[in-house]
Amino acid sequence: MGGAEGGSADRRSGGLVHRSADPANRRTAEPALRVVGTAQRKVDAVAKVTGQTLFADDLFLPRMLYGKLLRSTQPHARILCIDTSKAAALEGVKAIVTGQDLPIPFGILPVSQDEHALCPERVRYIGDPVAAVAAVSEETATQAVELIEVEYEPLTSITSVQQAVATPEPRIHDYGPHGNLHKLINLEFGDVERALAESDYVREDLLFYEGSTHLPMEQHAAVADWSADGKLTLWSATQTPHYVHRALTKVLELPASRIRVIACPNGGGFGGKSDVFNHEIAVAKLAMETGRPVKITLTRDEVFYCHRGRHPTLMWVRTGVTKDGAIKGMHFRSLLDGGGYGSYGVASAYYTGALQTVTYNVERYKFQGARVFTNKAPCGPKRGHGTPQPRYALEIHLDKIAEDLGKDPAELRLKHLVSPDSITANYLRVGSVGLETCIRKVTEGAGWKEKYGKLPYGRGVGLACSSYISGAGLPIYWNAMPQSGVQLKLDRGGGVTVFCGSTEIGQGSDSILAYIVSEVLGVGVEDVHVVTGDTHLTPVDLGSYSSRVTLMTGNAALQAAERAREILARNVAAKLEVPMARLAFADGRVFDTEGPHNGMSFAAAVQLSEAAEGTVGTVGSYTPPDSPGRYRGAGVGPSPAYSYTAAIAEVAVDAASGIVVVPKIWIAHDVGQCINPVAVMGQVEGSVYMGLGEALMEEMAYRPNRNVIQKMPSMLEYKSPTTLEMCDVVTYLIEDPDPNGPFGAKEVGQGPLLPVAPAIANAVYDAVGVRIDEVPITPEKVLKALKKKEKGEEPRYGPHSFPEIPWPEPIRVPPPWEGGDGRAVPAGGAAGGEGGAETGHPAISPAPTAPSVPSPSSPERQH
Amino acid sequence: MASRRRKPAGKAQISLVVNGEPTEVAFSPHKTLLEVLREDLGLTGTKHGCELGECGTCTVLLDGQPVLSCLALALACDGKRVETVEGMARGAVLHPLQETFADLGAAQCGYCTPGFLLVAKALLEENPSPTRDQIKQALAGNLCRCTGYLKIYEAVELAAARMQGEEAEAKEETLYGRR
Repeated sequence: MGGAEGGSADRRSGGLVHRSADPANRRTAEPALRVVGTAQRKVDAVAKVTGQTLFADDLFLPRMLYGKLLRSTQPHARILCIDTSKAAALEGVKAIVTGQDLPIPFGILPVSQDEHALCPERVRYIGDPVAAVAAVSEETATQAVELIEVEYEPLTSITSVQQAVATPEPRIHDYGPHGNLHKLINLEFGDVERALAESDYVREDLLFYEGSTHLPMEQHAAVADWSADGKLTLWSATQTPHYVHRALTKVLELPASRIRVIACPNGGGFGGKSDVFNHEIAVAKLAMETGRPVKITLTRDEVFYCHRGRHPTLMWVRTGVTKDGAIKGMHFRSLLDGGGYGSYGVASAYYTGALQTVTYNVERYKFQGARVFTNKAPCGPKRGHGTPQPRYALEIHLDKIAEDLGKDPAELRLKHLVSPDSITANYLRVGSVGLETCIRKVTEGAGWKEKYGKLPYGRGVGLACSSYISGAGLPIYWNAMPQSGVQLKLDRGGGVTVFCGSTEIGQGSDSILAYIVSEVLGVGVEDVHVVTGDTHLTPVDLGSYSSRVTLMTGNAALQAAERAREILARNVAAKLEVPMARLAFADGRVFDTEGPHNGMSFAAAVQLSEAAEGTVGTVGSYTPPDSPGRYRGAGVGPSPAYSYTAAIAEVAVDAASGIVVVPKIWIAHDVGQCINPVAVMGQVEGSVYMGLGEALMEEMAYRPNRNVIQKMPSMLEYKSPTTLEMCDVVTYLIEDPDPNGPFGAKEVGQGPLLPVAPAIANAVYDAVGVRIDEVPITPEKVLKALKKKEKGEEPRYGPHSFPEIPWPEPIRVPPPWEGGDGRAVPAGGAAGGEGGAETGHPAISPAPTAPSVPSPSSPERQH
Repeated sequence: MASRRRKPAGKAQISLVVNGEPTEVAFSPHKTLLEVLREDLGLTGTKHGCELGECGTCTVLLDGQPVLSCLALALACDGKRVETVEGMARGAVLHPLQETFADLGAAQCGYCTPGFLLVAKALLEENPSPTRDQIKQALAGNLCRCTGYLKIYEAVELAAARMQGEEAEAKEETLYGRR
């Protein structure tokens, strides 16, 4: 075949075809773009609307057994004895494994290898797995699990952060600084005390962000198969197949080369499937024991026990500003309730303090963070990972500062935004910053000037802003390899197959690969086939977390596609006798731009190249740029690019009932460049939804008597917004392209969640004059605050104290504008030695009179 | 220790019309319609989210009415018509709701999608031009954690318009937001 009509995008049925093919509907900054920036159907959309997508629990293999886990009924106890004899005697039971069979610990972070697939000697929360059974049916497995007898010796339970700080014994884990403190962080970028002393105004606030859970619609499931030649295959609902692969290798002591992990499409992730889970290892062990495929699907209450959700976080913040509102110094403390295990917690704790400097200029910054262990379900990464909590604190804090200074909150924010292409006080390199446009769009759209402070009692508006990473700059285990890899296979028939380890969790990561390859090679999106998330078939991508996928897999795909284009162009140019630079790839053809009739179909170009050079395939990979931070703790926060968001919430508060209703939210998100705008819209709206849930109703609560039993491990009791609670959303997509993103693209999956809850809290204050310094903003809390207001007390609901924490000596890093080079000054504060000390220790150097906006001429700030 | 034996339960057998096809199926009598569809009839398009009737994910149409298949005992469905997501398309031609769900991004992870599609189909059969509020009411028993529901409403509205014979297209703002 050949000719101009081959493989163009307009063969597709459905309502989008004409939109994407019609140049009038193109809404991209780059007119040459054909696919990128146009609304597209996702590549898996038809499979999803026809029920053809196979999720992990949809797999039924011949001779498959069903597995169940026995979970601890004790929050903290020593296991004295496990008697499996009755269960073993039950007909249909094929294998039982306990902690003795899987003694090697694992954990998602190298510094927190504190989990066992099945607890060998101690349980640390209600729901901690202690045994696993494989049987011929799910019913038999359930019955068998109930026949297992476990004798526990209860230990004192640690049930709150206050108790964890005050109670060193018993230790839940035997690592960490001491007692039940898992991680302590103390970082200081410039002399904050001095900055506060020199400020015109200093304000201090305490806030609390309650924990919440991901609640994906799909319960976790995994299927394992062990073949007689010693090879293990695991299909799993996981966001991180590469990390599961590594954990299986470690715990099962199998060569990685004989383990294949296949990430099934996730029925929702939100961070809840990015740990390695007990059942993933247990099911593999059961398959090895029985020589048969085994499936474990968690029940909904088990999903609640697994948790790994938002860390409940207590926060204290003190900020000094000029009369104008410029932030001279900020001192921020966080205390995170980690639950029973480490999970991503060390990173979560760092994230509560990492991005404070990325939204507004902070001249000097001090961050003290602590994560403690308690005997509750382990917390981990949930959408926004460690950053919605401080965003809630800071945006409310800033709102109060604006009021104290008599400034309009929007104007105050606009004046102190972080500059594009700058380096922050804590050495994060910021690229494009579209926040100013975001704020202007939402304030105009919402009618901010007409509404703020002017709506009748009971109605109010509130504004909040945020920024978020487009992928973590560093992988979670140290290595020098790329974070994302792509292979391309070009078919003689004109098809292109993309292989990438990325994981489709509904966000559209498979589609991104197809769009980018289609854009570069000029073939139709439907001519690109995507194979992802399979450790045997696909090069490593670290997974769907930290909003890294579009930027990182996108760049890897872009590189692979450009290399393929180069091969084809070389051969076509020779054949057509035109310079390579004159060739265009579009509409399924490769042709001379100066004589478009002079060309050939894409398939013919592949055939020509294959005849000349052999099989045509390329690879591409992506490694994020180095970060300028060189201090201990600098690994969390760096990202190739930062997204920006501004949101305005309008609320109606019923002062009689305390009920808060949110009719509408205006949100503007700087995504750099939309790859597929309709998918970007979906991420923004979904983030608003999840933020609304966290703001008003979602809470991972425990029964008050002992504070260890989950109050609501069911979807009915765990309140999440239905269609009746969801607000209207007006979405503005702002495109301020970042040089590090593919076509300029930045993240969108997580950032838009961040400003939603504080915007609502600020709107509640505008409506009824009470501060709810704690999510969720329940009617009860609003009523309590209103009562206090009536009595003439502080019109506020929120925490009142922050426990004494034995902070370690701070790591002192002078900010770039105080002569720092990203390194810490030596402990003890003496000048001299390496790095930043030579350029001026903040404690001994004169305070800067420099402008708060970093000078663009500093060499550190140039890319 | 004495060996425990599970009492071998006899299988129950019922007749159903599944997606238009008369079907006989035998199964353990305690099974729900959800389990029979997924495990005995291989129709895994119907998903489970809680198996307690809380999330709407397992919704199928029973004699045209949405029911939670996790709460319906299969034995009680003898002789009834069951429609699952697999039965929505006519051959390779998608139902208008499937088209609009695909185009507007109303399916993200896709796990709750079959339930939403079937509830929406039942709604449009009863009320071909529902208002936004009527759509919200009809879908209030189905949870979606990805979309925030907005694209789902718009997909239902667009499909409704097309099923009424209009040459309707998605709004610019739906696909591209505001700039």
